Amino acid sequence: MSAAGEIEPPLGLLAELTHRCPLRCPYCSNPVALARPGEEMDTAAWARVFREAAALGVLQVHLSGGEPTARRDLPELVRAASEAGLYTNLITAGVLLDAAKVEALAAAGLDHVQLSVQDAAPASADRIGGLAGGHARKLEAARLVRAAGLPLTLNAVVHRQNLDRLPDLIALALALGAGRLEVAHVQYYGWALANRAALLPTRAQLDAATATVGAARAAHRGRLVIDYVIPDYHARRPKACMGGWGRRVLAVTPAGKALPCHAAESLPGLAFPDVREVPLAEIWHRSEAFNRFRGTAWMPEPCRSCDRRAVDFGGCRCQAFALTGDAAATDPACELSPHHALLDLAVREAAGAEEGFTYREMGRAAPPPR
Amino acid sequence: MTAAAIAGATVPRLARGVRLREDAARGGRWVVMAPERMFVPDEIALEVLRLVDGARSVDAIVDALAARFAAPRAEIAADVTEMLQDLAAKGVIAT
Repeated sequence: MSAAGEIEPPLGLLAELTHRCPLRCPYCSNPVALARPGEEMDTAAWARVFREAAALGVLQVHLSGGEPTARRDLPELVRAASEAGLYTNLITAGVLLDAAKVEALAAAGLDHVQLSVQDAAPASADRIGGLAGGHARKLEAARLVRAAGLPLTLNAVVHRQNLDRLPDLIALALALGAGRLEVAHVQYYGWALANRAALLPTRAQLDAATATVGAARAAHRGRLVIDYVIPDYHARRPKACMGGWGRRVLAVTPAGKALPCHAAESLPGLAFPDVREVPLAEIWHRSEAFNRFRGTAWMPEPCRSCDRRAVDFGGCRCQAFALTGDAAATDPACELSPHHALLDLAVREAAGAEEGFTYREMGRAAPPPR
Repeated sequence: MTAAAIAGATVPRLARGVRLREDAARGGRWVVMAPERMFVPDEIALEVLRLVDGARSVDAIVDALAARFAAPRAEIAADVTEMLQDLAAKGVIAT
């Protein structure tokens, strides 16, 4: 136990409904060991999780995956979440949507859709997503979402192989009628860490992108909101991952494990409670896993005495473990970390690396970073 | 999405994807939920937002507030119009 004072209730629930997905993105945020369809929680179990989450204080549920629309009961799940009082956000690749499905989701009470795109250039987008024709289907999905009257956010995951087309991604968001664009730099753990050398952007690319975002925000004010943060590998201080461990968000995996962060299963020595066996409130307040890195009392130096310890909470535990072998270490994204030089080294090595991917697939183990 | 001018006969409604709800777990405050963001309206904004139901006109909203608060109707009308214009510019309400 390390939390000082009262534990605030979570604001958000990330519901990973399935790990099935027709795309094979090499930076997928799902764990390297994917859950099999037979392990997925059923409709009733999820509905109970939504009610428990709402009672605990969760205001918003992110229905995610894998690809959440791969579940046939998705409209029922949306309705259950909506009836529990949750604001419902669908995080989708869009390639399985058609007009009837979008209408059914809207009728079930869906509030908002976040649609991913892999690039603005169709051939490159299809190569990155690993699905021929996928990009065209996404454009159609965006049209259907807007036709149903639902607000749309476009989520563009960016890296070395598409960052130069950021102006085209912004134009695409405007053309599709999106109210928001998330320019999300790849975060390097799990699948993305295995593909890091093929994905890390150069400093010059990053600087150009940052300038592009600044100009676009001014040009499209009142029409398009652009979310953008400087990625860890070019930053001097880490991000408050998930807003702090066990502080604002909890994730539930397809198989029913409750996690403080969707990648937390990559950390050793933590037992994550099953939401079918333990009430969500008890998991949030009392479980060892949620208390392990909660607050600031668990921190070693240099975090412990840092004046930003309650701002960034020491950064990302999964990145710290992946790069240093110690989940309690300072995130190497911080320039105060003794491992900070590893990030510069990776950027320099990536500049000369090839562009082939290890695609995300069930049963395929990601190789260690090259 | 340029916000239209708010007139007395305008009937404002919450924009699609925007919800006003009570937050019981945090002391019963009211929050506005919107795509990828949320905010806590101040007391006056909350009074106005609770009257925005897609049926009342701006005039009707002003009447309802004038019946409850001891302020000149013209003053309330000016404040309400300004607030609705601001909320429309932020995409919280549609007209």
